[in-house]
Amino acid sequence: MTDILMPALSPTMTEGKLAKWLKKVGDPVKAGDVLAEIETDKATMEVEAVDEGTLAEIVVPEGTEGVPVNAVIARLSGGAETGKPRETAPPPQAPAMEAPRAAAPPQPKGAHATVQEPVDKDWGPTKTMTVREALREAMVAEMRADKDVFLMGEEVAQYQGAYKVSQGMLDEFGPKRVIDTPITEHGFTGLAVGAAFNGLKPILEFMTFNFAMQAIDQIINSAAKTRYMSGGQMGAQIVFRGPNGAAARVAAQHSQCYASWYAHCPGLKVVAPWSGADAKGLLRAAIRDPNPVIFLENEILYGHSFEVPAAEDFILPLGKARVERAGTDVTIIAFSIMVDVALKAAEALAEQGVSAEVINLRTLRPLDVETIVNSVKKTSRVVSVEEGWPYAGIGSEIIATVIEHCFDWLDAPPARVTGVDVPMPYAANLEKLALPQPGWVVDAVKKFF
Amino acid sequence: MAASPERTRKPTKKPAEVMSRDELQAAYEQMLLIRRFEEKAGQLYGMGLIAGFCHLYIGQEAVVIGMQHCLEPGDEVITSYRDHGHMLACGMDPKGVMAELTGRATGYSKGKGGSMHMFSKEKGFFGGHGIVGAQVSLGTGIAFSNWYRGNDRVCLTYYGEGASNQGQVYESYNLAALWKLPVVYIIENNRYAMGTSIERATASHDLSHNGEPWGMPSLAVDGMDVLAVKAAGQQAVAHCRAGKGPFLLEMKTYRYRGHSMSDPAKYRTREEVQKMRAEHDCLDGARKKLEEMGVSEAELKKIDDSVKTRVQEAAEFAQSSPEPDPAELYTDVLAEG
Repeated sequence: MTDILMPALSPTMTEGKLAKWLKKVGDPVKAGDVLAEIETDKATMEVEAVDEGTLAEIVVPEGTEGVPVNAVIARLSGGAETGKPRETAPPPQAPAMEAPRAAAPPQPKGAHATVQEPVDKDWGPTKTMTVREALREAMVAEMRADKDVFLMGEEVAQYQGAYKVSQGMLDEFGPKRVIDTPITEHGFTGLAVGAAFNGLKPILEFMTFNFAMQAIDQIINSAAKTRYMSGGQMGAQIVFRGPNGAAARVAAQHSQCYASWYAHCPGLKVVAPWSGADAKGLLRAAIRDPNPVIFLENEILYGHSFEVPAAEDFILPLGKARVERAGTDVTIIAFSIMVDVALKAAEALAEQGVSAEVINLRTLRPLDVETIVNSVKKTSRVVSVEEGWPYAGIGSEIIATVIEHCFDWLDAPPARVTGVDVPMPYAANLEKLALPQPGWVVDAVKKFF
Repeated sequence: MAASPERTRKPTKKPAEVMSRDELQAAYEQMLLIRRFEEKAGQLYGMGLIAGFCHLYIGQEAVVIGMQHCLEPGDEVITSYRDHGHMLACGMDPKGVMAELTGRATGYSKGKGGSMHMFSKEKGFFGGHGIVGAQVSLGTGIAFSNWYRGNDRVCLTYYGEGASNQGQVYESYNLAALWKLPVVYIIENNRYAMGTSIERATASHDLSHNGEPWGMPSLAVDGMDVLAVKAAGQQAVAHCRAGKGPFLLEMKTYRYRGHSMSDPAKYRTREEVQKMRAEHDCLDGARKKLEEMGVSEAELKKIDDSVKTRVQEAAEFAQSSPEPDPAELYTDVLAEG
């Protein structure tokens, strides 16, 4: 004899009405036959037989309301029963776990930097190069070292790169490893993530991160989540790179900082280089990292020149910030082109007798909490600077981090300098009013004193 | 190539020629395993042991089993959230699949993925994807990796007729045809995208035409007949393996159960479902064919019993396995370098 139980017909159902029996006692029953109709709070649904046999007894007559899930509603005899009667196991209990306390959430394994080089290692002689050249040198070095690494994107090959970052790479690596795509972000992003699932290591260039909006589902739902969803079996070693944030005079749809969008998501690392050394050292590390890495470049910085270590094996760790200027009175925290703004502000503040320490975050996720906290404990004042919008921005995260970790060291409430909370305007004067200027940072700092 | 699509070409092999008695018997057993496994999953859902979304494959078994009989070791498979059948077809252990459905530590994703998110790189199964249509671009990328490496592996990329309206599906067709990627696109046309019939959703009522703008050869196939599926599948896989680019198969099939477990099924009649079950069921068809080939009632009974035992063992394993350790909450977010 097999018990037929009141089934749960939806994820939330706990009880229902047995509306109608479609078989009567003595009827033969095959798997798939409709036995009864059950009304839930949402709909009337049919109950199909799973086993075969003869309907021996109807325990709950039709018309009965409030029948709890898992109650015996009928019994089936004979047929091809296989072994044991069906177990009437209760629904599994939710795991008895406490949510992690806010103060010190355990970090997922692997959240730390994968390249173990110290952040200020002396790499010896340097050479002057643009950020554009530094990015190219990073890709070329990694592609020479690993044949599974390839570059794909719009205009990366024959056109030599929309911003000339990949200039000359087609000649060296050929069309199989430097691949022009059609304008089809959603499609080629999914394609690159699929290739990464199967062991390749794509570098995917977005002409700008604004266009990655077309593909953000594949970045978050496929690239970032699959390692977790697969219990660690399958992940994506892939770099998504391209210019992010405001360029100049290209208005709202081409001028947006996506830092906080991506930094929000577990399963991603998010990097935002400023200098030539950042660009080269961090991109090499991003390409070697086994996780999906969002690499946020800046169009205006592409042409800026910096001293970059000439060493063949130069690389920087992900997850480590750099103190670009030491100071004692206030900590200014910035990333990407806002490091320029922060340094100019620090210079102006020095003239006014305020000693500012400037931190270049380099990596936004995982955040280098240690460097931030050590600095704030020294200066007791902090201001964050970012080009993006204020609401739920990177500055919000930095300030929350400071308050959680060194509230008692603060002499003043932390401050934020951000882009203005509007879509980017086109007019030259309005655009300038929308983006953080060194003077804004100076003003924010002076309010502390 | 675009000028002469091969859509109108007939299959090169007759269905009856593609499987020996032994192979058909094996295919029958594999289809039956999926059927019984899914019935059991539905039952465990009803008992509250499986939760969330649970999309059963009952009715469509011939599609995945017919196609799997065209593959060689090293070929790849990717599909949507209606994925239990594909996993069993790839040779994944029913115990591990069922234990994932019950959210246990012994499941394929350690209980962290559930019905829609399971994977086995070892068996060439790349998921299990919950976002409708996303697996089509991903599968095209798996095929790209085969092209990049210069091997002759082929990726089977499954999706429903509902997903076939997604923009990225057409983006994928274009990329695969442009670069001649070894991907077989398999539309499992079960007529209903959740509750929306194909007539209400798609201006292209013959989905096998959908690859034409890119010159993609294609076939419309009786997806309720495992022999017809294999015959068409062999042709498609051979085309891809020879480096000729993608191939599109429209499998005309039917799901007997709801879209998911909480589907009141008001968009079709009970008579329509019963007619499909009675006249086109893939198991009935294969069983009849086997009987004609001389397979005895006793042999078929033996298969039935063996399948039931395996499913029962899977269900017991899935209920007795422990839930994941709380520490697992924090693992597998990032890989350590």
